[in-house]
Amino acid sequence: MTTPDAEAPEHDNPLTEGLERLPVHNTTLVIFGATGDLSKRKLLPALYNLAHEGALPERFHLIGVSRSDMPHGDFREMAQDAIREFSRREPDAKVLEELLNEARYIPGSFDDESIYGELTKTLEEFDQAAGGPLNRAFYLSTAPSFFPVIVGALGREGLHRHPDSEVRVIIEKPFGTTLAEAQELNAEVLGVFEERQVFRIDHYLGKETVQNMLAFRFANGLFEPVWNRNYIDNVQITAAEDIGIGSRAGYYDSAGALRDLVQNHMLQLLTLLCMEPPVDFSADEVRDEKVKVLHAIPAPTAEAVSQMAVRAQYAEGVSAGEDAPGYLQESDVPADSNTETYAALRLSVQNWRWAGVPFYLRTGKRLARKVTEIAVTLKPVPHLAFQSEGSVGVKPNQLILTMQPNEGVSISLGAKIPGTRMSIRPVNMEFLYGTAFMSQSPEAYERLIMDAMRGDATLFTRNDEVEAQWRICDPIVSTWAQQPGPLPQYEAGTQGPEEADQLLQDGHRWRAI
Amino acid sequence: MPGVSDSVWREQDTTPGAIEAALRQLLKERHAENASYVPARVLNLVCVVDREWSGEIANRLRGVGRFHASRTVVCAVDPKRTTIDATASIAADSEPSDDHLALTRETVIVDVGPQHLEHLDTIVDPLVVTDLATVVWSPHGHEQALEALLRLSQVVLLDSIDEPNPADAVRRARRLSDSVYVVDLAWLRSTPWRERIAATFDPAALRPDLRRISAITVRHHADSTVAAMLLIGWLASRLDWRCEPLIAEGNMRRGSAEARRHRVKICLEPEPDQQVRGLAGLTLETSSGRWLSLERGPGGLQARYRNKAKGAEREWTVLGASRGEPGILGEGIRQALLRDPTYAPALEACQTMLEHSGAPA
Repeated sequence: MTTPDAEAPEHDNPLTEGLERLPVHNTTLVIFGATGDLSKRKLLPALYNLAHEGALPERFHLIGVSRSDMPHGDFREMAQDAIREFSRREPDAKVLEELLNEARYIPGSFDDESIYGELTKTLEEFDQAAGGPLNRAFYLSTAPSFFPVIVGALGREGLHRHPDSEVRVIIEKPFGTTLAEAQELNAEVLGVFEERQVFRIDHYLGKETVQNMLAFRFANGLFEPVWNRNYIDNVQITAAEDIGIGSRAGYYDSAGALRDLVQNHMLQLLTLLCMEPPVDFSADEVRDEKVKVLHAIPAPTAEAVSQMAVRAQYAEGVSAGEDAPGYLQESDVPADSNTETYAALRLSVQNWRWAGVPFYLRTGKRLARKVTEIAVTLKPVPHLAFQSEGSVGVKPNQLILTMQPNEGVSISLGAKIPGTRMSIRPVNMEFLYGTAFMSQSPEAYERLIMDAMRGDATLFTRNDEVEAQWRICDPIVSTWAQQPGPLPQYEAGTQGPEEADQLLQDGHRWRAI
Repeated sequence: MPGVSDSVWREQDTTPGAIEAALRQLLKERHAENASYVPARVLNLVCVVDREWSGEIANRLRGVGRFHASRTVVCAVDPKRTTIDATASIAADSEPSDDHLALTRETVIVDVGPQHLEHLDTIVDPLVVTDLATVVWSPHGHEQALEALLRLSQVVLLDSIDEPNPADAVRRARRLSDSVYVVDLAWLRSTPWRERIAATFDPAALRPDLRRISAITVRHHADSTVAAMLLIGWLASRLDWRCEPLIAEGNMRRGSAEARRHRVKICLEPEPDQQVRGLAGLTLETSSGRWLSLERGPGGLQARYRNKAKGAEREWTVLGASRGEPGILGEGIRQALLRDPTYAPALEACQTMLEHSGAPA
């Protein structure tokens, strides 16, 4: 029986109200692939910046696992060098030292079961030093072929569970390269971990401007009334880069533009643009709505692929005033490669809100400039009374959400040209994020690592979501794989292949990159 | 004729209307020079300072890093002045490039005399950007000017440790809180410490110990009593402690608060070796035998923990870089755009602790 003196259970922590940084439970983070490029460029600098801001948990330990054979000290040095080179702020020597001075390194091949025994021992040492079980987060920053290997070994070693604490696994992209692979990988991961423990990274979702799409749509009454098929004529989503593949031939030639950007990042943008308002912003409510959008996009049949998808490769040209090689001349690219460096799709979202609105997606390397944006074109006014008055280029309103390089929102409007005649021309009303906020946006990985350690999966891809993405892209991938080359070419530094125009309906035109 | 140049304009014996027109002209010229110069539009910061110390304030503002106000209006008060002189300038952090816009910020320095202070709002009003939040900071007193500016401001920035008497500081902050949102740098100095206490008790297993806190000692820079009191006021208000006046014992202040079923011992202790303003350390004890201390140290806070019941003892570093004084001011400007609902209740608890405390003024 409860006595009047018994302590009432403290459900919420009353000390967290008003704090910008919520507590994160003490954690040991294990990075598989800790000496790799992603770890050096993104993960280690992100950890440093979190430490600098005092955002890491009170007790935080880092363990690196990788194939390179080196002692703990060399790993710490490598990590320090990487942080100094890639951190968004000048590291504070003391913070850097404190962050890494207990970092451990376990060398070995991921399929060598002995490293997991060593890992268990190290994790337990940290638990012991902390006086209790620490949460554990396993970050898989390795080649995708190792994902099932590592997950399976963690399961066999019993590292997928830890009494009185949380265990989470963070999996980098790509999550499979086909629908079948994604399903198989999901089955393997979920055979060991529960879905609530799995955090599939799509770093686009960690970007402030991508998250802001939710605020833009659901915190403003201005746009919702026109956010449907009755007012929107078409949508173009562009992710263009002006650079080539650089030194990534090994990865890129096996992936291509569709797998690299469309299947994950661009479909994420599309779902955020099209989703219904969630009941709340909890992880599953948001992801439920996103998955519904993906389910409303019909997967193309093999016959329909040529009608709704275009691929191409960049050829020699001039980029930023310099001669640029074609894709097939890039080092380490096979001379007969059929990998696309450009992909464009026309998709439809067949639901009550979006039926009949074409969604054009395009991405490519070595295009005219670097830009990631969503252009929402509204339907034209039913009657334009000004045409005989010398109006110039009157066009339907366009709403542009720019993710990079200058994050912001702009709306094109028709305005009267000063003078005695009622002539109209389009003008832009522009809002730039940089002008309105003082804070430097944290790197996407800082946000995502924190969210994973806190167990908030809102910005991570759920198992059904990743499979729904693949269900749309898989027929295109497999159809293209069966078609012989050579691929259509586009000159480096241009707008992309002419073939992409074939996707456009109803007099639509690609927006200039 | 006003002397408009690329980015600086100056005029003696001028008017607010002329200054405002000059600012518009400067912005227009900058935009015409290169459309990639874009004015930042975040908030207005109005500073009222002694003319004699305006250079020092300018230095402090230069050190706030990226947390610059988008328009800063400095009213420099010169006791001998009868007319208004002004300088307006526009500065960009960087040159624009194909990929990057160059954000510009405006600074207006208005030299005023004492007779201008009672109606300073009529001089400043045309100079602030409409629809942006306006923050007033008056580090050298000038209460009359501050009162006048409250009409057009939404936020007052202050540092309660600047007041020699903590009771006066708390009273002033409370009075201002009745009409505007107050950002108190003394409060922000305690943020990392509040975050750490919150984190310590966040695990579900430790949360019941929040109700068993039996003693807290806060060590602070000799001038930073208010920062220490705000930390205790925060705990008291969040945990429903009923505070009682503290008693001065030498340099220290001691007292207690009444929690639900027990008393909490409170001690504020100046730390003579602490060079920088703010907190030096704290010690928390619970009736369940836990003991936690946090001390300022290189690379973060040095934490020590004891569980007397289990005989366990541990030490570690809570990572985090010191923000330094410029960082605190920058954080104050940033906080002007946010709202912390826990400051006002903490302040109220502080006032109770200072009532008739007999503490040294």
